[in-house]
Amino acid sequence: MHDTPEIADRHDAVCVVGAGASGLATIKNLREQGFSVDCYERETSVGGAWNWRHDRSPVYAGTHLISSRPLTEFPDFPMPDDWPDYPDHTRVLTYLERYAEHFALRMSIWFGTEVVSVTPVGDGRWDVTTRSTGGGAERVQRYAAVVVANGHNWSPKPLSVDASAFRGRIMHAAAYKDPAQLRGRKVLVIGGGNTGCDIAVEAAQQATTVWHSTRRGYWYAPKYVFGRPADQVNAKLLQLRLPLRVRQWLYHRTVRLTIGDVTRYGLPAPDHRPYESHPVVNSQLVYYVGHGRITPVPDVARLEGSTVEFADGRRVEPDLVVTATGYLPRFEFLAPELLDVDEEGKPDLHLHAFARRHPTLAVVGLVQADGGLFPLAHWQSVAVARWLRLRDTDPERAALVQQKESTRPLRSWTRLHVVPSSRHWFEVGFTNYLRALGDLLDRMEATS
Amino acid sequence: MSSRLLRFEDWTSPVPPVRREVFSALPHPDEGEPPLLFVPGLGHGGWAFREHWLGHAASRGFAAYALTPRERGSLRAYVHDVVQVAAGLPRQTVLVGHGTGALVVAHALARYPARAAVLAAPVLHGWPALGAALRVNPLGTLPALVGGALTLSRKQLFGADAPEAHVERLTRTPSAVARSLFTAPEPADPVGSPPVLVVGSPDDRVVTRKALDRTAARYGGAPLLFPGMGHDLMLDPAWRDPIDAILDWLVKELAG
Ligand SMILES: Cc1cc2nc3c(=O)[nH]c(=O)nc-3n(C[C@H](O)[C@H](O)[C@H](O)COP(=O)(O)OP(=O)(O)OC[C@H]3O[C@@H](n4cnc5c(N)ncnc54)[C@H](O)[C@@H]3O)c2cc1C
Ligand SMILES: NC(=O)c1ccc[n+]([C@@H]2O[C@H](COP(=O)([O-])OP(=O)(O)OC[C@H]3O[C@@H](n4cnc5c(N)ncnc54)[C@H](OP(=O)(O)O)[C@@H]3O)[C@@H](O)[C@H]2O)c1
Repeated sequence: MHDTPEIADRHDAVCVVGAGASGLATIKNLREQGFSVDCYERETSVGGAWNWRHDRSPVYAGTHLISSRPLTEFPDFPMPDDWPDYPDHTRVLTYLERYAEHFALRMSIWFGTEVVSVTPVGDGRWDVTTRSTGGGAERVQRYAAVVVANGHNWSPKPLSVDASAFRGRIMHAAAYKDPAQLRGRKVLVIGGGNTGCDIAVEAAQQATTVWHSTRRGYWYAPKYVFGRPADQVNAKLLQLRLPLRVRQWLYHRTVRLTIGDVTRYGLPAPDHRPYESHPVVNSQLVYYVGHGRITPVPDVARLEGSTVEFADGRRVEPDLVVTATGYLPRFEFLAPELLDVDEEGKPDLHLHAFARRHPTLAVVGLVQADGGLFPLAHWQSVAVARWLRLRDTDPERAALVQQKESTRPLRSWTRLHVVPSSRHWFEVGFTNYLRALGDLLDRMEATS
Repeated sequence: MSSRLLRFEDWTSPVPPVRREVFSALPHPDEGEPPLLFVPGLGHGGWAFREHWLGHAASRGFAAYALTPRERGSLRAYVHDVVQVAAGLPRQTVLVGHGTGALVVAHALARYPARAAVLAAPVLHGWPALGAALRVNPLGTLPALVGGALTLSRKQLFGADAPEAHVERLTRTPSAVARSLFTAPEPADPVGSPPVLVVGSPDDRVVTRKALDRTAARYGGAPLLFPGMGHDLMLDPAWRDPIDAILDWLVKELAG
């Protein structure tokens, strides 16, 4: 008795995957362009990564923003101006909940619903298969376009060395929530990104012994310089449009004058120039190294029995290893060729957002910058919404815009001179990237 | 145009926070209508709306708020405060600006996707407004041109029979503040394309009929006119007519 069609046609509606910061902005901005939106969210609430009740949330009790408030808030919905420069994760979640409430976004979201497959129908439309998180019957609906906002900080990056013979406790930073997990232990933290440094600092305050293993040296930026949040000072340099070389030199000078030579503390010297890696913003790491609470160690060579051996032959016996190796993007519901994903797992998208061969498929939030993500996700989603609208109203002009976009030089919107690591696949310069998006918006608006 | 994306001023020197004075009148029960935020112009405070309009809007089912401009502000700081208050309300807000408050609202619309906006007796262009002010109130206006304070007069703002109390409450405006408003650049386009209504009076001695038409045309319409009323529509004895017309318009827009 199948008298209802198997595929429910949602006509001109757009499907959004995920209701984290990026998905929320996408719903709002699509609706502002007049689209009906169905957003699917596998969890039962909004906030994505910032909702630490979510089982995949990478956020831990001590997480505070590293990008300061003005560079983190959505450009059309500021955070309260009496909040601190660097709010903590509960405030960020409150902010996202209020954003959803303010713009009545929840009415477009299907909670507890996971997208399990997205397949092209052939005419630019998409069949989206969903089911209740944790199982249940599948449902297929057809959409005019799909915008993926599933986040890229939830699928842990595996360690390169084999840890199967290690008998101590080992866990990825994604599972680290509370400093109590470190209390009274001998802890080894692997990874020198923001997560690794935060956890090493928390361990310095809680654990009996802390080793911090990094496979290279980094530029550890303080949260404040010259009495201002560091990213605001950085924005000033960008406003002055100082050439990269000059900014690198200034950065170098500032570090020399404040922190000094990191090798004096026993930290490895950076193997790259400033601005060639994702900023690590942590005022306390060097401090605790200087107080002997954190012992810097090189890359891990072997994990066996109760021993960890490092590249320089040193051996230690931690009872907890936290791997803060970062995360890899994962699009388990999309065939890899739709996003031009290479054999390493890296998608190749125009502006890290538009599928090159599928004009009605886009990803929002797949970037990382020397500023907050929300403004970037906001303008990305504005651009995606405008683009989808333009395709509808003026396909000829849309084709022209697409052709012009295909000549946009890569170096104008993505960082090319970065340490080669999957960590930097989506690294962009905050202002350069916004310039490129602004340019695209101008192109589309000039034509409508 | 990428200046709307690159907000260096906000990133590098954010507007300092202040305690803001906000009056409110809330409907019982609240049926979920969008809140209204009233923004007064120079010389006025939130009190100008508390007098009649706030209570009336609440009695018609709309949560209504009025913001007093900060002391020693600037266009940028006023816009910041309006957007802060609007974003702090639980739902997408309708912005209602009066006089130079309409200028602040017009700029705020480029920063915050309001549910709708009303520009009442709007002073959007400094020069014609200054010309009119010099004609009607030369003694109060001239000092502002040479660095003194701007003082508004009864004759400028009110019709024949305004209560003396209103006139006494008007505050002087430091010339730097007045200058930041009168020399403001043209506001950028609103974000989120909200419906915009312009209301005014042909007998307003601050905003000329021509200026009213010009502002309405910029937002794609004609002004809604209330003949016989003074500039301060919300304090006029006939205050009920414009606010009812505004709310009728809003009800229609929200349904459509
Ligand atoms: C510890 C930590 C600190 C950070 N600090 C900062 C900071 O200071 N400033 C900053 O700007 N950024 C920071 N970030 C980056 C952070 O990831 C972003 O701020 C932001 O949370 C990303 O939002 P998103 O919506 O793109 O992804 P997410 O927040 O990950 O949201 C994705 C959503 O999609 C849902 N989803 C995924 N797959 C499916 C599916 N198949 N079906 C249905 N739903 C699905 C998920 O449940 C989730 O709710 C930090 C990240 C980490 C890990
Ligand atoms: N607001 C905050 O406080 C905060 C806190 C945490 C994270 N974040 C953000 O969240 C995102 C993820 O940060 P993250 O720190 O989790 O990840 P990350 O930036 O990718 O850093 C991962 C670290 O682990 C190292 N690493 C990766 N694979 C390794 C391996 N196989 N063996 C040894 N070392 C390995 C990396 O070294 P290489 O450099 O050599 O690749 C790097 O030092 C970033 O955008 C970050 O800014 C923000």
